Amino acid sequence: MGVISISETPLHVLAVDDSNIDRKLIERLLKTFSYHVTAVDSGIKALEFLGLQDVENFQSFSPSPEVEVNLVITDYCMPGMTGFELLRKIKESKSLKDIPVVIMSSDNIPARINRCLEEGAEEFFLKPVRMSDVDKLKPYLSKNERKTTDEEECVSNDSSGAMDDDDGGGGNDGVEARSDEDEQIEKDQSLLILPP
Amino acid sequence: MAAVSQLQRQFIEYTTSLYNEGYLDDQFTQLQKLQDESNPEFVVEVVSLFFEDSEKLLNNLATALQQKIVDYKQVDSHVHQFKGSSSSIGAQRVTNVCVHFRNYCEEKNLDGCLRCLQQVKHEYILVRNKLEALFRLEQQILQAGGSIPMME
Repeated sequence: MGVISISETPLHVLAVDDSNIDRKLIERLLKTFSYHVTAVDSGIKALEFLGLQDVENFQSFSPSPEVEVNLVITDYCMPGMTGFELLRKIKESKSLKDIPVVIMSSDNIPARINRCLEEGAEEFFLKPVRMSDVDKLKPYLSKNERKTTDEEECVSNDSSGAMDDDDGGGGNDGVEARSDEDEQIEKDQSLLILPP
Repeated sequence: MAAVSQLQRQFIEYTTSLYNEGYLDDQFTQLQKLQDESNPEFVVEVVSLFFEDSEKLLNNLATALQQKIVDYKQVDSHVHQFKGSSSSIGAQRVTNVCVHFRNYCEEKNLDGCLRCLQQVKHEYILVRNKLEALFRLEQQILQAGGSIPMME
């Protein structure tokens, strides 16, 4: 007994990537699954589109009634606001926290992947993203706020699944270069120590 | 129709050699799968973006490595972008050079970086020429009234 959506409006995905090539790719991939896509090139533009005003603090929320986003898929490495920071802002927002967020990255860094999943990302895709990855988004995209577990399959949040790249695609070089973003994650982590 | 089947055979042989020699990897096939009647130019469009991006990146890299004091973070950032875009279109040999390039950036090894710059430029020009040849072949097939064979 699940909730069946009778709405005919296509599901709306917000794609965020500073690379024009990757934006074009992800848009095309999503459209083959008949999703409606909005693609932006920065985290700030993504938050503005989602209705969070006030660039400095993104505290004030005034959503556009016409805009309904069912999923956000974002690149990790972006100048300005990283995908991780965008994820955090979304999960911190009372109005946006239920929107599923998926992270994409060309770097296979386990600590980064775990951090994103812990922060609430539903999936972490290694680039280049393929149709089989986008296929995994189906359970997270629902017109209804509640996930109906008997209608939709349970997708285990298996980060090793995201890392297994059997065709040896170009992005999987295993170079574990530490980046500014990873250092920032560690800094942020130290600020998140909760009182006993 | 003999001309068409000959062109189609040529196309298959050429494409196969590009994969065998490592110029292209499976990601290029993925791009082709995304092309259809509603997006008939998808591959050419994406590859054109790659060409534009690459020319800019190569210029930026040359400039960055010519500085008196090289900012290796900046160089790495360009290479990271190049690695990403080449990987997204399946230009495997370019991506592979970028991997080594990033290692030299991390080591702040100027000689290594300069060598990689030459190498990546070389690989880029090679793959660009091959892709342009491939697209020309496609055009010839279409103009002769044939259809582009699907590569498995």
